[in-house]
Formats: sequence, C-alpha cells, structure tokens
Amino acid sequence: MSKQNNMSILLKGLLRENPVFVLILGTCPTLATTTSVDGALGMGLATMAVLICSNIVISLLRKFIPDTVRIPCYIVVIAGFVTVVQMLIQAFIPDLYETLGVYLALITVNCIILGRAEMFAGKNSVGKSALDGIGMGIGFTIALLAMSTVREVVGAGSFAGNEIPFLVENGLTIGILIKAPGGLMVYGLLIAVVNKITKGKLIKKKEFSCEGCPSASSCHGGCSAEKEDK
Amino acid sequence: MNMEMVKTLIIIIMSSVLVDNYVLSRFLGICPFLGVSKKVNQSVGMGVSVIFVMLVATAVTWPIQAYILNPLKMGYMQTIVFILVIAALVQFIEIFLKKFIPALHKSLGVYLPLITTNCAVLGVTINNITDYGVEDSNAFLFSMVSSLGCGLGFLFAMVLFSGMRSRIEESDVPESFKGLPVTLVAASFISMAFFGFAGIVENLLA
Repeated sequence: MSKQNNMSILLKGLLRENPVFVLILGTCPTLATTTSVDGALGMGLATMAVLICSNIVISLLRKFIPDTVRIPCYIVVIAGFVTVVQMLIQAFIPDLYETLGVYLALITVNCIILGRAEMFAGKNSVGKSALDGIGMGIGFTIALLAMSTVREVVGAGSFAGNEIPFLVENGLTIGILIKAPGGLMVYGLLIAVVNKITKGKLIKKKEFSCEGCPSASSCHGGCSAEKEDK
Repeated sequence: MNMEMVKTLIIIIMSSVLVDNYVLSRFLGICPFLGVSKKVNQSVGMGVSVIFVMLVATAVTWPIQAYILNPLKMGYMQTIVFILVIAALVQFIEIFLKKFIPALHKSLGVYLPLITTNCAVLGVTINNITDYGVEDSNAFLFSMVSSLGCGLGFLFAMVLFSGMRSRIEESDVPESFKGLPVTLVAASFISMAFFGFAGIVENLLA
C-alpha cells in the first residue's frame, strides 16, 4: 500500500500533475530558457536540484516554522540552495552559467519551488517530499526539453547544438520560434495539443487564477475577490 | 546634467520600455501579466504597483550591494539578501500605505503580496547591478532610470494586452484552444509587434 503510494507521488509530477503543462507553474523560465536544448536541460536539472533539496529541508523544518512567517522562511531556504547551485555551476560549467544568466538566480522566485513547499513539503514527511521533488523536477525537465526541442529544431534547424543539414540547406527553419514571440506561441500550441489529446480532461485549470499561486494565502484571495465584484 | 547625459537616460528608458520589454522579450513577470490582465483597470493597478515596488527595491538594493556586500566581499549573498529585502520591503510598504495613505492602499493593496514573488522585481535589481555596476558615479542614477523604464514597459504591455483579451473573450475559439492556449498565442502576437521596435533606439537620437 505504502509502496504504491510512494510510486504515485513520484509519477504524478511526470504527467498527471506536470508542473508546466498541467499546473501552469514556472512560466518565466519555461519561456526564457528554452531557446536551446542545452540551456533547457541545464535549467531543468538546476531547478530539480534546488527543488529536491528545498523540499527535504522544508519538510524537516515543518514542525519548527511558525505558520505566520512560513513564506519568508521557505524563501530563505530556497534562496540558500539557489546560491549553492549558482556557485557550483559557475565553477564547473561556466558556459551554462553564461547562457542562463540572471534566470539562474531567478530560480528563487520560481513558483514551482515555492508552490511545492507550500502545497506538499510543508505538510508531508521527508521521504515523500523528496520523492515529490524528484517527480516534479523530472516533469519540469521533460516539459522544458519538449519546448526547447520544438523551438530549436524548427527555429534554428539544430538539436542540442548539432545542425540538422536537411532543415538548414532547404531553408525550412522558422527563425522567429527561437526569438521571444516563438516561446509564447510554442507554449500555447503545446498546451492546446495536450488539451486535444486528453480531450480537455487533463488540464482542469483553464485560466490563471489564485489556485496554485503560492502567494494566494498571503493575499487572502485579494485579486480574485476583486475580479468578482467588478 | 549635460545633453549627453539626458540622451543616455532617454535611451535607457526607451530601450527598456520598447526593445527589451521585461514581459515580452525577457519573460520576467509573466504570471501577473497573464493572471491580472483581464480588465484594464486591474492591469493599471498592477502595473503602477510594480513600478512603485521596482523603484523602491532598486533604491534599497543598490546601496546594499555597493556599501555592504561589495566591501565585505560577500557578492555571492546577492540572491538571498535581495529577495529578503524585497519581501520585507513589500510588507513594509503595505503596512505603511494601510496606516498613512488608505486610499492608495485600497487600490494597490491587493496586488502588493503578489509582487513579493514576482521575478521581474528581483530580476530588475540583479540586472541593474550586472549592467551598470556599482563603481561608476552615475550607476545609481542609471539603475533608477532603468527600473522606471522596466516598470513603465510592464504597465504598457499589461494595458495593451488587457485590451486584446477583452476582444478574445467575445470571440469563438476552437475547443482545445479555449482559455490558456489562446491567451498565450495572443501574447505571442503582441510580443511579435514589440519585435518591430528592435533597432529603433540606436537611431532615435542619432
């Protein structure tokens, strides 16, 4: 029973609760770092490392952190791990550090990490939180890889930096896909494809709303309340 | 302040509003851009709050980097210190407005907690340090002006987009595109329109 449970915690991040395509969290890095497969893989793995570590530590501390100041506490833990990952990447993979630039520091404010801390790690045991971190991290990485594969192959005619001669020689690339507008468009189209395949069953969240927003508890549903009375 | 200086400042503002728009070409602050852009008045409220927080955040974080972190050789603490300062600052602004300017709190208050985890604010403070440094005598001025430009660009994009969205609400969209996908595709079009501004700034005052 327990084993079954753990397995489902690990697997739900991959598809059923995929953070990018189903929960629609972490849109900023999804759009900004998917111009190349290399960058996307680096971003995915860096986020996964931070997610697993912060989930474990937050879950360990969940009984000591007072409820009222939990968001600032979570942010400090997350920012600490982001700094560690940032320094490691700068030291060992300087090329990736250059590619990701400011987005590496911005993992701190990635909604996926704060969201999982708030929704999962703050309420569950260490083992489960670690599994959740691994599952969500892999789901995020897969989603980034899917986005970046479409964008790099169609936009630049290459895959992970290796040129695909057929596409380049025949001029079959659509350059705008690796520019900013292409990111939004590919993201929209991929969500539509997921919608089509699952006949709209998978993606229940039709709009951006307070549900799933890590700041929701601190704004007391302020923005949605305002939406209703206007 | 000479002519050359004014020219530089105008270029910084124009490029951060039009060419390097934070939302549409650097993808920072996408969540509020898509979440709070359904009505024009809401997007104005959010945009103004973001400008306000960006300016205050830069005014506080730049001196911290220049006079505390750098002299102590603790530059690597940037991320932790900045996000904490921004979080505390937003709380403080909220309390201050509630007490002293209730009218402003009523219109901006609901957006403030959302801004704490807005990557555009953390992004602008970090980018300012990387772009303008702390050594140059004008760096603080440039940083402040660039924050103002980024905030204005955010407001501009939000307002334009909320106009677009109210048109989409009334149109007939294919089933699998309903809701999010069509919003993203629309955002892509508006981003494409901003793409046309590339290169405008270099020739603006030439």
